[in-house]
Amino acid sequence: MEIKHVKDYIYWLYYQYLLITCSYVLEPWERSMFHTITVTVFAMVVYTAYVFVPIHIRLAFEFFSQLFGGQPESTVS
Amino acid sequence: MERPGRAAAVAGAQPRANGCSGAGHGTLRNGYVRRFPAPDTQVDHIVHNGGLYKRPFNEAFEETPMLVAVLTYVGYGVLTLFGYLRDFMRQWKIEKCQNATEREEQKDFVPLYQDFENFYTRNLYMRIRDSWNRPICSVPGAKVDMMERVSHDYNWTFTYTGRVIKDIINMGSYNYLGFAQNTGTCQEAAAKVLSQYGAGVCSSRQEMGNLDKHEELEKLVARFLGVESAMAYGMGFATNSMNIPALVGKGCLILSDELNHASLVLGARLSGATIRIFKHNNMQSLEKLLKDAIVHGQPRTRRPWKKILILVEGIYSMEGSIVRLPEVIALKKKYKSYLYLDEAHSIGALGPSGRGVVDYFGLNPEDVDIMMGTFTKSFGAAGGYIGGKKELIDYLRTYSHSAVYATSMSPPVVEQIITSVKCIMGEDGTIVGKARVQQLAENTRYFRRRLKEMGFIIYGNEDSPVVPLMLYMPAKIGAFGREMLKRNIGVVVVGFPATPIIESRARFCLSAAHTKEMLDRALKEIDEVGDLLQLKYSRHRLVPLLDRPFDETTYEETED
Ligand SMILES: Cc1ncc(COP(=O)(O)O)c(C=O)c1O
Repeated sequence: MEIKHVKDYIYWLYYQYLLITCSYVLEPWERSMFHTITVTVFAMVVYTAYVFVPIHIRLAFEFFSQLFGGQPESTVS
Repeated sequence: MERPGRAAAVAGAQPRANGCSGAGHGTLRNGYVRRFPAPDTQVDHIVHNGGLYKRPFNEAFEETPMLVAVLTYVGYGVLTLFGYLRDFMRQWKIEKCQNATEREEQKDFVPLYQDFENFYTRNLYMRIRDSWNRPICSVPGAKVDMMERVSHDYNWTFTYTGRVIKDIINMGSYNYLGFAQNTGTCQEAAAKVLSQYGAGVCSSRQEMGNLDKHEELEKLVARFLGVESAMAYGMGFATNSMNIPALVGKGCLILSDELNHASLVLGARLSGATIRIFKHNNMQSLEKLLKDAIVHGQPRTRRPWKKILILVEGIYSMEGSIVRLPEVIALKKKYKSYLYLDEAHSIGALGPSGRGVVDYFGLNPEDVDIMMGTFTKSFGAAGGYIGGKKELIDYLRTYSHSAVYATSMSPPVVEQIITSVKCIMGEDGTIVGKARVQQLAENTRYFRRRLKEMGFIIYGNEDSPVVPLMLYMPAKIGAFGREMLKRNIGVVVVGFPATPIIESRARFCLSAAHTKEMLDRALKEIDEVGDLLQLKYSRHRLVPLLDRPFDETTYEETED
């Protein structure tokens, strides 16, 4: 029962994605191409975020703690 | 279509002597104030110039939600990119081009198939073409039978499976009063006339084609409209496009609503008169044009215009709005111009006795100089008419191209019109006609109210039997048509170029032939499809017409 609901919901989400991006009206090979491109772009965005965001957050944090006289931070480490 | 609120009382604005208030109406700038019985915002409409209206006039157009507009453009973006890809492949012969192409011999000539319209047809319209021009194979009454067809090459060609899809609820025909029938008094009368006169006339009205039936029809139509005289033509489109040139010409000015039907646009262009466009149903815009026309006269020479003709329609078939006729008439009188009213959709469908917008607003038909309409819609026949003063009709009889050169109307068609008009007028001794007019009004209110409650964005006037439901996204046009057909409901979907590119819509036309059960079934399915496709965009925020964007176009005559 639960599984069916989840499946229906995922299918519904996929249908909305098809409609909004208009891939609903594309031919099958165009659709695969479109999906490949979207998935690739999305994966790259996620990967980039994963790799770079923590570093930037840390750098930003250090920058601001220095700026506001967060000396203890650096002395402690 | 649309407008949510039930109407409200009439605004206090006192009509001035000429019945028309000028530009400065303080807070009522847009012609109406808004109050609507929504939870948070109270918006409703009060008609400004209220004194001119004998009944509430509720008309509004909900704003396109920003997110929806953005997503619509994203969709078009994706389709355009793939369109370019496909065009590229066609050009390099990677795939076969099935559309018209430039001829080899004309390769270096100005290209014929590269403009946006062609690109659109090839790469966007083709993908959802299955929702249009489906052949039907029965009388287009409340239910129709449709021929099943399939496409094996993505809508480039269709093949018929030979099966018929039966009993589709017809929400698309302009069969307002349900006279598109193959049984009943109209059919019997028409069949009798057919056996007496045959189908064709093979001559024009001025030669051997003037039947007694035509004379009878014209007298009847004149009586129905409440005008001195009327004239009938074989085609509604030609009535407009051929009579306007007979009425105005060079040195005249035509003021035309921006959303007028193609036949009016064509007629206006053929006439050679200068054409200026006012915003849809916007009286401030019309008054400004009239004022300018009178103050400045013709460009360069500054001579006064010979005639000024205002072209409006009764019900606009894409927006479902009703013309603000009392205000138009007031303006027309104030500025002494002429008024041409196209009642194609409104005749039969509006007014307590089915006599069109003039009846709806309780006005005097004599105030409209040229009453035009068609028999194709409410009367379930074919052809058009013009009604007005006797001098006008006598003049048109001799000067209008479609009166002089066109073969006269087929007698069974004439008989269908005569019987249906008599039925509406109650002259057949029954109240069937009146009941149909009331049924249509009831169906309209019910259908519109239910759709609005479901949360769809619906355009137009609360009393207009044309109900546009906004779809916006291009993929949803195709999906809506297909899903509805799967559920045995026939609908008409409309996209560019009939509407602005982002405002694609489905258009329902109500009919007196629809029963409550049919409407309930249709509404249930629409509700379901609306949830599936996420079409319930409405947030109940209304904009008056004035705020809608439009293209300021003027067709100024160029002198060479
Ligand atoms: C406003 C208007 N005028 C004229 C016509 C043309 O009428 P007919 O279909 O009879 O040629 C139409 C038809 O759709 C229309 O909507």
